[in-house]
Amino acid sequence: MASSGNNRNAKQSPGNGGSSPVGAVLVCGGGIAGIQASLDLSAAGFRVHLAESAPNIGGAMSKLDKTFPTGDCATCILSPKLVQCTRDINIDLHTLTEIEAIKGEAGRFTVTLRRRPRFVNEKECNGCGDCIRACPVELTGLLDCRIGRHKAIDRPLAQAVPNVVTIEKQQRPPCQMACPLGQNAQGYIAPIRAGKYREAIELIRETNPFPSICGYVCHHPCEAACERGRYDDPIAIRALKRFAVEKAAEIGWTPAPIEVERRPERVAIIGAGPAGLAAANRLAREGYGVTVFEAAEVLGGMLRLGIPEFRLPRHIIDAEIEAIRALGVEIRTGMKLGENITIEGLLSEGYRAVFIATGAYMGNRMGIEGENLAGVHVGLDFIRRANLGERVSVGKRVAVIGGGNAAVDVARVAKRLGAGEVTILYRRTRHEMPADPLEVADAMYEGARVRFLTQPVRIVASNGRATGVECVRMRLSDEKDLSGRRRPVPIEGSEHVLPFDTVLIAIGQTPDTKFAEHGSVRVSKWSTIEVDPETMQTSRPGVFAGGDVVVGAGTLVEAIAAGQRAAATMLRYLAGESLPEPNLTSGVAGPRRPQWSEQDRLRFERMLADGGVAPAPRATLTELGYDEKLAQREAARCLNCGLCAECMECVRACKRNAVAHNQPEERFDVEVGAIILAPGYDAFDAKIKGEFGFGHYLNVITGLQFERMLSASGPTLGALRRPSDAAKPRRIAFIQCVGSRDTTCDNDYCSAVCCMASTKQAILVKEHEPATDVTIFYIDLRAFGKDFDRYCDRARKLGVRYVRAIPSRLMQMPDTRDSRLAYIDEKTMKRVEEEFGLVVLSSGLEPSARLLEQAARLGIRLNEWAFAATDRLAPVRTSVAGIFVAGAFEEPKDIPDSVVQASGAAAEAMALLARARGSLLRTKVYPPQRDVKGEPPRVGVFVCHCGSNIAAVVDVEKIVERLSAMPHVAYAEHTLYACADDSQAHLREMIAEHRLNCVVVASCTPRTHEPIFRDTLREAGLNPCLLEMANIRDQCSWVHADNRDGANRKAADLVRMAVARAAQLSPLQEDSIAVRPGALVVGGGLAGLTAALSLAEQSFSVNVVEKSDRLGGTLNDIHSQLEGGDIPAFLRDLIARVENQPLIKVHRQTTVAKVTGFVGNFTSELKRNGGAGCQPVDVPEGGAGCQPVGSPERIEHGVLIVATGATEHKPTSFGYGKSPRVVTQLELDGRLARGELDLPEEPTIAMIQCVEQRCAERPYCSRVCCAAAVKNALALRLRYPKSRIAVFYRDMRTYGFREKYYKQAREAGVLFIRYEEDRPPQVAIGEGGSVRLETFDPTIQRRMELDADLLALSVPMSPRADREELSTLLRVPLNADGFFLEAHMKLRPVDFASEGIFLCGTAHAPKFINETIAQAKAATARAASVLSRKRMPVGGQISWVDPDKCVGCMTCYSICPYMAPRVGADNKAEVQPAICMGCGICAAECPAMAIQLRHYTNEQVLASVEELLNVRAEERAAVAGEDSGEGVAPIRWTRRAVRSASQEAGEREAAATLPGAKK
Amino acid sequence: MGNNGSEPVILAFCCHYCAYAAADLAGSLRLSYPPNVRVLRVPCTGKVEVTHVLRAFEWGVDGVIVAGCLEGGCHFLEGNLRARKRVERTRQLLDEIGLGRERLEMFNLSSAEGPRFAEIVREMTERLRRLGPSPLRCEGVLQ
Repeated sequence: MASSGNNRNAKQSPGNGGSSPVGAVLVCGGGIAGIQASLDLSAAGFRVHLAESAPNIGGAMSKLDKTFPTGDCATCILSPKLVQCTRDINIDLHTLTEIEAIKGEAGRFTVTLRRRPRFVNEKECNGCGDCIRACPVELTGLLDCRIGRHKAIDRPLAQAVPNVVTIEKQQRPPCQMACPLGQNAQGYIAPIRAGKYREAIELIRETNPFPSICGYVCHHPCEAACERGRYDDPIAIRALKRFAVEKAAEIGWTPAPIEVERRPERVAIIGAGPAGLAAANRLAREGYGVTVFEAAEVLGGMLRLGIPEFRLPRHIIDAEIEAIRALGVEIRTGMKLGENITIEGLLSEGYRAVFIATGAYMGNRMGIEGENLAGVHVGLDFIRRANLGERVSVGKRVAVIGGGNAAVDVARVAKRLGAGEVTILYRRTRHEMPADPLEVADAMYEGARVRFLTQPVRIVASNGRATGVECVRMRLSDEKDLSGRRRPVPIEGSEHVLPFDTVLIAIGQTPDTKFAEHGSVRVSKWSTIEVDPETMQTSRPGVFAGGDVVVGAGTLVEAIAAGQRAAATMLRYLAGESLPEPNLTSGVAGPRRPQWSEQDRLRFERMLADGGVAPAPRATLTELGYDEKLAQREAARCLNCGLCAECMECVRACKRNAVAHNQPEERFDVEVGAIILAPGYDAFDAKIKGEFGFGHYLNVITGLQFERMLSASGPTLGALRRPSDAAKPRRIAFIQCVGSRDTTCDNDYCSAVCCMASTKQAILVKEHEPATDVTIFYIDLRAFGKDFDRYCDRARKLGVRYVRAIPSRLMQMPDTRDSRLAYIDEKTMKRVEEEFGLVVLSSGLEPSARLLEQAARLGIRLNEWAFAATDRLAPVRTSVAGIFVAGAFEEPKDIPDSVVQASGAAAEAMALLARARGSLLRTKVYPPQRDVKGEPPRVGVFVCHCGSNIAAVVDVEKIVERLSAMPHVAYAEHTLYACADDSQAHLREMIAEHRLNCVVVASCTPRTHEPIFRDTLREAGLNPCLLEMANIRDQCSWVHADNRDGANRKAADLVRMAVARAAQLSPLQEDSIAVRPGALVVGGGLAGLTAALSLAEQSFSVNVVEKSDRLGGTLNDIHSQLEGGDIPAFLRDLIARVENQPLIKVHRQTTVAKVTGFVGNFTSELKRNGGAGCQPVDVPEGGAGCQPVGSPERIEHGVLIVATGATEHKPTSFGYGKSPRVVTQLELDGRLARGELDLPEEPTIAMIQCVEQRCAERPYCSRVCCAAAVKNALALRLRYPKSRIAVFYRDMRTYGFREKYYKQAREAGVLFIRYEEDRPPQVAIGEGGSVRLETFDPTIQRRMELDADLLALSVPMSPRADREELSTLLRVPLNADGFFLEAHMKLRPVDFASEGIFLCGTAHAPKFINETIAQAKAATARAASVLSRKRMPVGGQISWVDPDKCVGCMTCYSICPYMAPRVGADNKAEVQPAICMGCGICAAECPAMAIQLRHYTNEQVLASVEELLNVRAEERAAVAGEDSGEGVAPIRWTRRAVRSASQEAGEREAAATLPGAKK
Repeated sequence: MGNNGSEPVILAFCCHYCAYAAADLAGSLRLSYPPNVRVLRVPCTGKVEVTHVLRAFEWGVDGVIVAGCLEGGCHFLEGNLRARKRVERTRQLLDEIGLGRERLEMFNLSSAEGPRFAEIVREMTERLRRLGPSPLRCEGVLQ
């Protein structure tokens, strides 16, 4: 911190001498700071790359409802700037982009940027929102600050800029990851929820040829992986799949017929089970001839032979196999490999490839005694025979050995075949049982029993028949086996015999690979075929294998997956390509943890057929499918962990093909001379402060969430609603300093904005719902900014209650869901409990982790709180030359401070790159404008469909058809997208072809699209102002979809109104005026000198006017600052640099006597003060100033900067002036620096804050005094370690990082004692100047007395005495406190409303040194937008006074907010084009109606109105005509015709000859 | 909406920065309101002249809305305040000539207040349905 700014200055000079810097700047961050910096740089002649990591620009400000302390709507003031940013051809906007790497040095950096995919083509998307409505994935959180819901494809705000949607897609959901097929379960669940079954089934079928079968019997690993299972139950994905299939059949959906080109090559597949058929399906779809050889007489393999009918109906299997056969697949049954076919034989028959999928049909035996006895069967054989309809008998007492699904199936089949008692013997516990728990439950429900931890060791027999099973009890050891489960071990001596007459062994199966005995393909020792796991190829080239024959015994989906995978490599083999298929699945992180609340718990439901205990008959399904209601309920439980489900609904909905799900990440380089970091902040995660229950209690929200709720365009459309029950909260509490000023979460700084943000929100609540009870719990009310204290007073007047206490914790009441807060009441010192319906946590600002990564890549130094480290004397410079910082990343700050810093950083970049200014500027060359003077209007009308956005509601064709009857319409057409590139080209062609001289585009809003079409007109050689737009989308089709008739009539009206107006339009010419180079800076203090130097570094000449004979102003009296640094040395250096700068001329003892002119063209007269009696100090209030001497010097300049500073107010209270022991903080600082203090070694020192400020007379806070008191207290403590220091304060306002020093002072033993405004300390001056202080301490409710050796008063900064003189001279306003009033408190903090005049330093408001420096630089960046041009455009849409009508009353002069009119020739008013802003107020107020606003003349405005009423008349005439049976003559046409013939021609003529008109 | 003659026609002068933007936002939010209003964009409500309003009535419009920025939020500093005064004066005139002040109303809204715009249109449409068609309608047009 101690290193001073000037040391670094040497490093800031670009490059190493010779090479010229790059005239472009990279701005990181598209919040208000980044936007401001970009616009300033572009206006001053630099190319800008604006990189924003979010999908849309606007940052935190765009999410705000209102701004403090003016109550301005954030959107209103921000949107125009955002749009300007997207339109500026010198600003390249890169959204979703961050810095990846950086090379080079100040003046010449190469920065690699990384752009994350938006999955939407930004150029094509027109923000119509069709996709948003189509998207079935509703997400909670992320957007809208986690209240409300949004879609996976969406935009953060309805008014987002650029108005382009983004898909939130980061990871594949766990269900998809778990599925061997990669079935996108989330993808088809989302459309099911939305009732879009056709889309669901299409998506399922994309990856699964057996959706129906899987819907019945898949073992659904997806459900095991389902994230929802962590909270209640996993989603019943299998049941939903079955539902989708059944529903699709119900609505008559059939797969679209596929057209394949038949290929001559043939492929043999052995085995018609799921693996074989899946492969056949895939290969047949590619056109290969496929023959399936099946050993059995029935198809489906295990599906039919291994799975009982009550779980999988046979017609389902038939249907899905039939669908594959329908692809042209030949199936031959009774063909057993190794018996009637061989691999070699097939190959020699001409089959180009063979796929072996013969499955595993040999049931395993246990190898125990008695397995061959009568009554002992292999379960697999048993179930196969049952499935084939053979007669199978079972005994009365049946044992089933095994724990898999097969064992359970066997048990259930046995039960259905009449077994009296069925017992499953399993050696582990239920927990380890591999069978589906639901199947087990069903089996038990049907009467089967399961004996766990039971291992058969022998089958006992009598007369050669099994009579029982001898078992041993098991226990689970701690040792894990290969499967990761605890190994069961027998319990010694626990052998026992269970009586059974039938024993069914179901402990797995093995493939029969005897066919390979001759070595055709290699077989493993487990009798499985060995394949390359990547390619599925066997040892024999061209022969592939998959499914159970390879893995032993797998599941259905695994088999299908194996078939598909093998088919994929076989396709490559057949095409002669190298085999391993490139791995297409990208790296995937874990699932998104959704926001979860206990209240969301909802168990899944099943539908069972039978309410009884008895098993249903063999073929009767036990589990029914979902009905629609249940399915949708179940689907709605999906947490959408993968965000976007890739269901492709958006692709179908987008008519412009803008959605690009496969958009890749991009990397690209930009060459820039400087970098400005304005990445903003992250809100503190309030969950960390667990005591407030955020994240658990629904009615505890953050300030930002509350702001969104208040916003009219937010999730509740501005209604106050508790999240728990959508009720209006009657009592709201704000808790301040959540995550700020808090060492427990390492954020021991103050976030600077929260006190005011909460105050603002409290005021908004009171305005929305005056009856609401609002309480703000706070520590210190930090209302330190301009007019902030007044704002808090306003809140109090509205009834907002401020309570100085921070509740220690919060409890939610179970019945009401209100929050109970407990705190200590300051007055009574008692614990108080109160309940609030809604609690708002005012969470602080902190740098985000993402940001820190970027900072690390850039190599910039961070401070102890991980914000960008800067020096207070070089406030926008980072530790790396050429990289600057602005906004909250430097220190938590509000909007105006961010804007000031942004302009300040821009000024630094401009100075660094001054030599390259304009070198990379893009300019567009247009053809010369066609002269349309005297031509009758020829209107071309282009009516846009906007896909179906307009056309779905409005009959666009009919509008066009009717238009051709309108007068002046030379051409009319409708177009699908008027804004598309090809449509624009067509528009230009039509202008030429039909010699159109005015154009109407009926489409969307002119607010976003007028600049585009105006540009098109210019490219076509027409004046851009000959365009009129009719907004038939945003203001018609979008809002009247429920009333097509009305919408059609309205659209027709709007288009005709536009045509009528267009026919009246005349070209507007812009002229330009020369800009006088150079600036005049008024004031030679810190602000003025900094501004002058900054301008000179940007190579502009400067005249500095200082009324005293000494430069430096108040800074001469300041010797130290809180953060260290040698202020006098800094000032000496600054003055020396100013004096040595050849472009700066300093005028001491001089004042400005007169200023005339306007932006770019000022002339000022300077007068030298003189005379012996002239003091170089402030003129006392009301006192006489110095007398000017000599003749005035005349200076011409383009801009003027006011930097006249402020002065320390000299108090009259607290004994000041009556005792030498009473001093101001500034005086104390001086005495400390000069060593002039004369105090005892153990002095008692008192300080009183807010002396004669924050009171009725001076109702403002001077911002710096709390820090000054802390600074002086710390210095005194150091000098007098045994001192007793007490600071009497009202609120300690050590905002931002200054909080650290306040903490330090407290730790150093400085006492901070609060006093209340109405009970300030009393000071009595005794004999010899002794000071006795008496005060009341409200925190201990005691009076106390103190004899002070020194009393320091924190007095206010006062505006200069001559402020009013200057205010009148420059015609710029002052606020009620006497400080200069900027053009806009939020977004134009250094501009005056009068163009070309700027403001900085304490003349604007009290501020610190760093703030003054930043603001001074900011003023120069704003000034550069004027000074960097040789000429400035003027004219266009401005007012014009008709001298023939003007009576010289000068009403216009007195009402114009910009003072554009002036007294011209003959005492008539004339409007100065360079000053006029084109609002037209003068035109409306002129009593003589002598003023017209160009482009909005009376004729032009009224033409639309008249046309509107013409339409109505026409309609009535038509109605009347129908009624009476006779036609009504179109009177209006006649009248119009007459008018256009004479009047219009005359008007155009007149317009062309008007004195003010530009030819 | 069957009978064209019975539905009121409302002309709305909306300032570019706030009211017009709010009307656009109502569209983005797909809010629904009666299709009786025809918006005429002006740079600032400060530009809306008394004669424009009167002429519209003279030609047979049933009601007029003047919609500008929130007070204190005018992009041209005080145009909306001047407009309000002017609208008040015009309302008096409407009373005097017997049309009634209720047919003209000035509203202030921010560009983020899409719902408010829809509400204003609903409110005015209802009011004008209640008041019935402007007596100046027919003669005004067919003269």
